[in-house]
Amino acid sequence: MKPFATVLEVGSSLSNRTGSWRTERPVYVHRLPPCNNACPAGENIQEWLSLVEQEKYEDAWREIVKNNPFPAIMGRVCYHPCENACNRVVLESPVGINSVEQFLGDKAIKEGWAFDKPAKASGKKVLVIGSGPAGLSAAYQLARAGHKVTIKEMLDKTGGMLRFGIPQYRLPRDVLDAEIKRILDLGVELQLNTKESDLAATMEKGGFDAVFLSAGAHIAKLASFPTSDNARVLDAVSVLRDMEGKTKPSLGKRVVVYGGGNTALDVARTAKRLGAETVTIVYRRNREKMPAHAFEVDEALQENIVIKYLSTIKDYQKTTLTLETMALDEKGWPQPTGKTETMEADCVVLALGQDSDLSFLDKVSGLKIANGVLEVDAQMMSGHPGLFAGGDMVPSSRTATVGIGHGKKAARHIDLWLFKQEAPAEVKNEIAGSDRLNTWYYAEAQRTERKMTDGAKRAGTFDEVQSGLSQDEALSEARRCLSCGNCFECDNCYGVCPDNAIKKLGAGKGFEINLDYCKGCALCATECPCGSIDMVPEEN
Amino acid sequence: MNNALRNPKGIYTIGNRLVDQKERTIQSSTDRCNALNCGHRACQGCGEALGARCVVDAAMRATNGQLIVVNATGCLEVFSTPYPETAWQTAWVHSLFGNAPAVATGVAAAMKIKGRGEVRTLAQGGDGSTTDIGFGCLSGMFERNDDVLYVCYDNQAYMNTGVQRSSATPPAARTATTPTMGHEPGNVFGTGKNLPLLAMAHQIPYVATATVSDIQDLEAKVTKAMSMRGARYLHVLVPCPLGWGSLPRHTITLARLAVQCGLYPLFEAENGEVTGSTKIRQHVPVENYLQLQKRFAHLFKNGKAVDERLARMQAMADANIRRFNLLGVEEN
Repeated sequence: MKPFATVLEVGSSLSNRTGSWRTERPVYVHRLPPCNNACPAGENIQEWLSLVEQEKYEDAWREIVKNNPFPAIMGRVCYHPCENACNRVVLESPVGINSVEQFLGDKAIKEGWAFDKPAKASGKKVLVIGSGPAGLSAAYQLARAGHKVTIKEMLDKTGGMLRFGIPQYRLPRDVLDAEIKRILDLGVELQLNTKESDLAATMEKGGFDAVFLSAGAHIAKLASFPTSDNARVLDAVSVLRDMEGKTKPSLGKRVVVYGGGNTALDVARTAKRLGAETVTIVYRRNREKMPAHAFEVDEALQENIVIKYLSTIKDYQKTTLTLETMALDEKGWPQPTGKTETMEADCVVLALGQDSDLSFLDKVSGLKIANGVLEVDAQMMSGHPGLFAGGDMVPSSRTATVGIGHGKKAARHIDLWLFKQEAPAEVKNEIAGSDRLNTWYYAEAQRTERKMTDGAKRAGTFDEVQSGLSQDEALSEARRCLSCGNCFECDNCYGVCPDNAIKKLGAGKGFEINLDYCKGCALCATECPCGSIDMVPEEN
Repeated sequence: MNNALRNPKGIYTIGNRLVDQKERTIQSSTDRCNALNCGHRACQGCGEALGARCVVDAAMRATNGQLIVVNATGCLEVFSTPYPETAWQTAWVHSLFGNAPAVATGVAAAMKIKGRGEVRTLAQGGDGSTTDIGFGCLSGMFERNDDVLYVCYDNQAYMNTGVQRSSATPPAARTATTPTMGHEPGNVFGTGKNLPLLAMAHQIPYVATATVSDIQDLEAKVTKAMSMRGARYLHVLVPCPLGWGSLPRHTITLARLAVQCGLYPLFEAENGEVTGSTKIRQHVPVENYLQLQKRFAHLFKNGKAVDERLARMQAMADANIRRFNLLGVEEN
């Protein structure tokens, strides 16, 4: 045997495998960004923001539309739970995800980007009832998968509540039309003015291999208070729907809206734009309990809409409205106080929520209907095999983004069901919490807000109230993304390793640990800004 | 345009896929020479190994690989070159503990005489060889303005031989020779030397301080030093998990906290005058820095400061902040 020293390689240190000192090894991981986790439509937000950062705008748009075919629409009307979940709050404020989404959606319309051509025709036919966000989302995903889709729409226009519920000052109709047309261009058959009244009979006739129901919830809930024959009581659903017709509804000069949800605010702001001098929202509870989003309340107040909290309508005779003051009990529910006041109103618009009309399902077997909505399983299938449903007519929080998520999910399961396949087990990575960030490495960068037209000025027209970001602004907003839980190739690990034990594999390929020499000091994991390195104990 | 757009994502990270390759750090590049290669025997999380690779890689880049490195005895020499191995991927000379500056002077003179002026000389050592054992040779090298960049990797004690006090050990720190005994345990206040200020007193062309938590800054200073001729001095703070009693994973955190609390100012000086300082970005009290190190554990009890000498440490940090304008606005 040779003496020790000459066993070693002369002029090098590489025969000294210092990796044997290690008790823990660094492992690159992927964590679920909180924004992605919060998105009801299941967008991979972090991924498309990263593509924007690299100024690959079309790639970013294509990433969004994998999950949501409506970036221009949702970039305007989504209540963006992603931003509420954003870890950037630990630095200053969340990334303006919604405004970047709008920028991409608008750019796609301007540039005329089209969806990828559908996969090879499957030979299967699917019927979709209703052309709201859930129905269109399902139709889009099914068409992309190669299925022949027919949509039956009761009204004379597509869009469901996107068109007949959301006023045009929040969602211009050319934007809505452009994004819906792109779906129809995939070869989806659309039957307007076609109310499905007896689904059992339709299914009996055959011709469809599966059905997706998204009939929505458009029957206004009514309130009972005494009225005289000449008192005008309308409902918000009809008022907003009539706004899309040839003759606009006439509401008078003094309008009262009853209710505290987003629809109440939409109809109040619409009344103002139709020329009402005073618009008053009457709501039974206080602002904290109001179901409408805070920003919508603020915008309404800026437009000089008055909100009377803790009030309920007692009586409405001709133009005289009697209100009773309410008080909240310890559970937060309003209780009458007996104190009343009167005010003058030319009409009262009820915005007290909506029910689904499920009568067309009467003869379908196996369905379970509870609380006025249709029960579905985790695959979005109802009790009747091959009959799937989503959107406002199933138990949900009734928002467009939830509907889009339902449509996508149902389409995936319809596809599996049609070919008798099991759904693959879902692997969900752990959430990337802000506790794993090393925020030292992120520069402070203030959020850029979209500009909003001045309150009094915007209340006089139906023009869009908010303008989108410029390309520079969208780029800078996207670059505020911290890339929580996923490597963005900042080279910190590669640079800080005292042992030169990290291999840089090149753009887009990430890094690899050289375990022959890694001593397991964990500097790479500690200095990783986004928390994408775990230290894992070595066995033995 | 806001900050994030002007300096795309991660201006403070080592690399940045969004900026031009030319503007990224040397350490982020796969073309870095890895002057100190894998397989060296430094402890886990060694600040000196990291600092030395960054410095020599930057000097190699600046000289187009025409560099001779002279190394004093110390951790850096011992862990990198047990005979017949070497982790150095550059021309490298070792002689004695105290004579690295003199050897470097000779190397530079030899290159000049041979007409190889493009071959540059870098000498390096720890705080022991620099502030104590080799200080006479170093002062001579400064005084003669020999064409050498001398780099001191300061881990604040003789770590290789078992953590004995050096003249760079901070007050109150526990070492093998400044035990935590008596009414003022640890190293004595009012002792030691400040080598960057001593170097400045020699009126040499360039003096700078740097550390491993700011590699951009470190590389920029080496690059600047190599663009100049004459005697230059770079002082690099390198946390030592073994001697400081800190976690290997905290090496960079500690370097950062030393800067952010003011105890270790980052500055540059030319011809004896301070020309600029790196501003503190997140000012912290000295406790944040000291508490992560067992060598200062006697200053705390159950996480609370119990020694009034902490106020003296804070005063040292505050004096640095005033002297080097560490909280002021950026001059350029």
